[in-house]
Amino acid sequence: MTAPASTQTLDLAARFPAAVTPDARPGYSGWIVDAAKLTEVATAIRDEFGYDMLTALTAVDYLPENKMEVVYHVYQTTGGPALVFKVQVPRADPIEVPSVTPIWRGAEFQEREAWDLFGIKFTSHPDLRRILMWEGFEGHPMRKDWKEAFYEEDVKPFKSRWPDGKFHLAESKNPYADNLKFPPGFDPEKWVPEGDAALYGALAKYSHTNEDGIKTDHIVVNMGPQHPSTHGVFRAVVMLDGETVVSLKPVMGYLHRNHDKIGERNTFLQNMPYTDRLDYFCSMTNNFGYALAVEKLMGIQVAERAEYIRVIMAELTRIQNHLIFIGMFLNDLGAMYTPALYAFEERELILDIFEESSGARMMCNYFRFGGVVRDMPEVSIKKARDLAFDRLPGKVDEMERFLNENEVLVSRTKGKGYLSAEDAIRTSMSGPMLRASGVPYDIRRADPYSVYDRFDFNVACRPEGDMYARYMIRIDEMRESIKILKQALKQMPEGPVMSVKPQYQVRVPAGEAYGRIESPKGELGYYVVSNGKPNPWRYHVRPPSFVNLTSLEMMCEGEKIADFVAILGAVDIVLGELDR
Amino acid sequence: MIGKGILKGLGVTLARFWSTYWDDLLWLLRGKKRYRTAEGIEHRSSKNARGIFTVQYPEEKLPSPEEFRYVPFLVYDEGEGGKKEVRCTSCGICAKVCPPQCIWIVRTNDPATGRPVPVPAEFYIDIDICMNCGYCAEYCPFDAIKMDHDYELASYTRNIYPMEKLLKSADYYAGIRPLNAAREDEARKAKEALKAAKAEASAA
Repeated sequence: MTAPASTQTLDLAARFPAAVTPDARPGYSGWIVDAAKLTEVATAIRDEFGYDMLTALTAVDYLPENKMEVVYHVYQTTGGPALVFKVQVPRADPIEVPSVTPIWRGAEFQEREAWDLFGIKFTSHPDLRRILMWEGFEGHPMRKDWKEAFYEEDVKPFKSRWPDGKFHLAESKNPYADNLKFPPGFDPEKWVPEGDAALYGALAKYSHTNEDGIKTDHIVVNMGPQHPSTHGVFRAVVMLDGETVVSLKPVMGYLHRNHDKIGERNTFLQNMPYTDRLDYFCSMTNNFGYALAVEKLMGIQVAERAEYIRVIMAELTRIQNHLIFIGMFLNDLGAMYTPALYAFEERELILDIFEESSGARMMCNYFRFGGVVRDMPEVSIKKARDLAFDRLPGKVDEMERFLNENEVLVSRTKGKGYLSAEDAIRTSMSGPMLRASGVPYDIRRADPYSVYDRFDFNVACRPEGDMYARYMIRIDEMRESIKILKQALKQMPEGPVMSVKPQYQVRVPAGEAYGRIESPKGELGYYVVSNGKPNPWRYHVRPPSFVNLTSLEMMCEGEKIADFVAILGAVDIVLGELDR
Repeated sequence: MIGKGILKGLGVTLARFWSTYWDDLLWLLRGKKRYRTAEGIEHRSSKNARGIFTVQYPEEKLPSPEEFRYVPFLVYDEGEGGKKEVRCTSCGICAKVCPPQCIWIVRTNDPATGRPVPVPAEFYIDIDICMNCGYCAEYCPFDAIKMDHDYELASYTRNIYPMEKLLKSADYYAGIRPLNAAREDEARKAKEALKAAKAEASAA
């Protein structure tokens, strides 16, 4: 992992001398685009330079400079590094930036998030509403001058803990029902949710009149919060014509805890266990992405043996995530629990390896900047060998025998929930969702990180773009992961597992870094900005579950309401990561 | 033929059902107990496990691996006359590194001089807030705070552990983490030997 400066692959400033300047701040890279020219420049970036996929869009509040910055990371689906460009606007309301949603549809949710959390108005955005916070929430919580009701200090460690740490209960300082802020004169009894008209109004697409001239109404069904077959607290507002889905809007944020804000209060190291709790099935890969981002900022190498351990852990995570996916997807289709429990059996064996190495089955907290916390013990290396060479290949075969030809599964998934390759790219799909639509884009190959360039594996890809392809791609990927595991276990060198001395306070030079990995669910990215202090100035997670829902409406349109749950299940979402 | 795929899948289910009872039978014929024995549990979590391999908690419990971590405790050494010599020096590193900030330490000050004494006066851990990340144990320079193996902590009240409840003996620690304890003892002895050698050299 070298300095991120190498991401500049083309000279935007030469193409747009008046509108674009290179970002010359030390530790930063990319281009700064004039807000007024953003649409023009962005269109050229997509159409002339071929950066057809926008993956991460986020904002940074530079309070001391009195600026708001919007950061865009765009990629070519043929592979290669990112093109990073930014828009800077003065920090005075109304903060307005042209929306890029018309250019890259995948920006839709992320722009809504930036509006919600930073209060940046994206002009000409088709549906600019709050997305994570509730309608009527006061203020924009990611702004640096916004403090929560339980505010103690700007950054951890808090001074009240040591050396005079007289204990008091958190709830005594922050009593229940008093831990909320309301706008002045707010009366909950009289409050009318203002977003509902926008939410429901956007759903009506056409009106229908039958042969006799009788107008038929559409029905709005609120699925959730909770039901959509209980992947978590998720809600979808569905407009139905009979049983057919006319339009649909996902509503989320019920599990929102402002992970980004918590992350800005933590020190760099303290964030590591918090990343475990994003996608709680894949804590190892969550650690991986964050470690990559911070290592990029620090400019440190990772110990050779640790690189291999990381790959082994990441691939084991992928296998167990895909097993769970298959189990839960079959649950969504109505095959209650037998496939899920078969999947859980293999997962238990994988979690045993995690527990012996990291100390916990799910909340692993195993990665450190420069390596991993401790070497894999001999017994868990042996277990990993046993699984990769002896057990898992047979179990994947068994899973295929068990389900692949099952008539119910096939008839409910084949040809349903179709997403074309163009739409998948346009809506910033990533991971299995993208590859099941026929786009062979895998970050492990397209923009390799860690030691993935040393392994021989194929990028699983299925051209059908339906739910069956999304199921099959997971099976294919498990096989590829086993292949990588076998190679990594054979090639793993001896040596230390940390390249630097373990420290409880790490020094991170000022700058920005975007670390992204191919997590089992898609592209997991961490955008970290440091100003040289012990805590990150900005810590942003780009979760695959969240962005992958952009295409949910496209996939459901014209399908039956009964298939909606399956289509949602095939996306493979985890609410801990979706809502952050 | 329609239904072939379902039948094939049911074949897998049948095979699994069969192997559960077949394994039970084999163990019985060999005169071994498959349930409620360490050997049986180990077999059920090995690569050769087949059929059902659930563990019947709480009658059966999976053995905790050495590195398993669950809420911290403070280590004390047995002094003369059963005196508890707390290893903690109240340096505060654990309180500073703790991600949810659940460790509270009051440092002891010498009443005569007002200078800090390397022993904690009060030490609290808010167990309900602790996220079991293990940082305190990882970064403690004195091997004074360690992660426990006892995970059966359900209770009806808030759990705030004061020092009395947190203190556990070095023997207990060596019991749950033998390899780690041996390694740390060795490192400590080497350090002390080095210190003694240095003192000797400077005295001479």
